[in-house]
Amino acid sequence: MLADDRLILSHRLSELCGHGPSLEEDIALTNVALDLLGQANELLTYAAEIDGNKTADDLAYLRSDVEFKNTIITELENGDFAFIIVRQFFFDIYSYFLFSELIKSKDERIAAIAEKSLKEVTYHLRHSKKWFHILSEGTEESRTRLIDAIDELWSYSNELLDSNEIIDSLESENIAPNMTNIKSNWHKMIKENFEQLNLQIPDITWFHSGGRVGKHSESLGGVLTDMQYLQRAIPNAEW
Amino acid sequence: MANDTQLDLWEVFTQRKSGTPFIHAGSLHAADNEQALQNARDVYTRREKPYAIWVVPSSEITSSTPEDNPSFFDPGDKPYRHPKFYKIPKGVSVDIE
Repeated sequence: MLADDRLILSHRLSELCGHGPSLEEDIALTNVALDLLGQANELLTYAAEIDGNKTADDLAYLRSDVEFKNTIITELENGDFAFIIVRQFFFDIYSYFLFSELIKSKDERIAAIAEKSLKEVTYHLRHSKKWFHILSEGTEESRTRLIDAIDELWSYSNELLDSNEIIDSLESENIAPNMTNIKSNWHKMIKENFEQLNLQIPDITWFHSGGRVGKHSESLGGVLTDMQYLQRAIPNAEW
Repeated sequence: MANDTQLDLWEVFTQRKSGTPFIHAGSLHAADNEQALQNARDVYTRREKPYAIWVVPSSEITSSTPEDNPSFFDPGDKPYRHPKFYKIPKGVSVDIE
């Protein structure tokens, strides 16, 4: 789940390479994409070791869409720059609190990955938060676009914070974190920032879900086609 | 040249180690000082880890012009201006020509 979120979001961000609004931002977003890919790689490598018969590449390139357990927010097609920033802001806050918890995981490997990732995510959050504030306090158009993106993405945010049977059972073994804490921290940080910027939290009670059990939006197919094409066309290709 | 429609221009200086001089790394665009630092980290520290970074608004830099050049003299005939006549104690690292 955690690896897939990062792998798919990384792919979406990497699509922006060369399309950033400025050279500086292009590099910043690509850096984030690379960090997320690195995190996904470490998590998939660990998952493959536990599986015993697979490699991280098998997991990344040879699974079908229903086998991917990423949240839907990570697979959505890129919108405008405000969309990219709001999605990152929502995701980075979640990631920040997630890894803050996971560094205490009883599983030493997970704790080590979390420690390294937390440093990266702290920086990602600083980046997306900064842009979130700039867009909010920028021009009328930037604020309108930001609000549109918030309205569009809000209904996808909850899936990041929801627990499920797998997380619950891992939590009881002190491996996975308590999602209730992460959720309340997420909402607290969102509320602080929204209040500071005089933004309204959308009044929505229905949320998208399903990604964690393999029920995805149409968008995932596009990501996978792009990402897996080479491996599917030329199995075991190397260069 | 077309007008620059991007954000304000900043000059970036990086320091490799504590106590060493800050060296001009290049310039970049950013909305404010905080973002300038973030961008500097992304753009100019990819290949080497710095100890510290300075960012300065380019507009705050006062530069000489080519017309000032006649007032710059080549001190070639004044070797005593170079601190080359001192014995440097062991263990002190200096970077002079």
